Amino acid sequence: MDINEFIKKIEEEFSDLEPGKLKPESKFREMFEWNSINALILIALVSTEYDITLNAEDITKSVTVQDIFNIIKSRITK
Amino acid sequence: MKANIKAISYYLPKKTLTNKELCRIFPQLTEEDIIKRTGIKTRHVVTDGMVGSDLAFHAANKLFKENAFDRSNIDFLIFCTEGLDYKGPATACILQNRLQLSTTCGALDIPFGCTGFTYCLSVAASLIESEQASTILVLNSDIPSTVIHPEDAELRMLFGDAGAATLVTKCHPGESGIGKFSFGTDGSGASNLIVKSSGVRDPVDTSWLNQHKNAGGMKFGRMEMNALEIFTFSLRVVPPMVSNILTKNNVTKDDIDLFVFHQANIFLLNVLRKKLKIDESKFFIFMENIGNTVSASIPIALHEAIQTGKAKKGDKILLAAFGIGYSWSGTVLTI
Repeated sequence: MDINEFIKKIEEEFSDLEPGKLKPESKFREMFEWNSINALILIALVSTEYDITLNAEDITKSVTVQDIFNIIKSRITK
Repeated sequence: MKANIKAISYYLPKKTLTNKELCRIFPQLTEEDIIKRTGIKTRHVVTDGMVGSDLAFHAANKLFKENAFDRSNIDFLIFCTEGLDYKGPATACILQNRLQLSTTCGALDIPFGCTGFTYCLSVAASLIESEQASTILVLNSDIPSTVIHPEDAELRMLFGDAGAATLVTKCHPGESGIGKFSFGTDGSGASNLIVKSSGVRDPVDTSWLNQHKNAGGMKFGRMEMNALEIFTFSLRVVPPMVSNILTKNNVTKDDIDLFVFHQANIFLLNVLRKKLKIDESKFFIFMENIGNTVSASIPIALHEAIQTGKAKKGDKILLAAFGIGYSWSGTVLTI
């Protein structure tokens, strides 16, 4: 799996994101209005696309898009 | 001898709480925000000391009237709520008398939340299959508004009060009726959705009443929810539960005509639907104007599905409930 593919999926889900602006090193909380509903949307996206259920702690300890991606990757290869 | 649902009726308290009203109370909210988070536009709430058994009483009388059903035929009553009238006697006994049911009728309380309806149905079906009863009245009635802090916007936008009455009887020969149930429990999640100080552990005391003075004391306890945990719990358990229900009942996803889940939150339901790859036309949602009505949510949705022709005679319906506990359970029903 590829991080650019993951970023594309995020951009499709969050329509207020300007396409091409989100990078692996982007701090996702700064990219758009980060609130509880957006956290749920991100968890839902990861759950439907990768069949991985992120928990509250995963979100809290992650800073960048790459951090989230790494968590998904580590669980998929398990 | 198999069992099936013969009729359903429900009753909603008159007073409503609309998104407009919520936005007036909580100026930081917008109607758009509430819709995005919950998909709910309005909910009904009890007033003047009305409790769960009152809603159940009205729902049962409605069921008898709408179906011209002779109540003396009821030989078992199951009352399910998280808001019993007393610790004793059982509220089901009080309802037997209020509803003027036969004194030869069995009566049982099942204090349960989101999975209350599927649990009641499994008990009712078991009583009929084992020939201990033949005509069972299941009442699911909840009043979450009475344990929500008035300043808790998140819970007020989600929950509504309602009572539902379901008649469960013996099937006609050859009908498959209510199928096999799948259950699951994980009490490690108990604190993520809980009504604090609502029983004998940590009972309401003077300091609690003082602490909640501005909210009328919160004397029935106070509901607290960790929305993120409940959300991820649902994503984790519902898909495997659905597979398990299908396997247990020897059917495939394509055999199911309609999926009726506990009406928890429209946003969550749509995520579950997508995750399970269920077509929108086969996934029933009915909560926009009533909110999450806890154990009454499935019978109300089922009634609406039947009334609107979305569920037809002979259809296979998969019921799946999940929530407070954590608890989850479901079955396949051929109506």
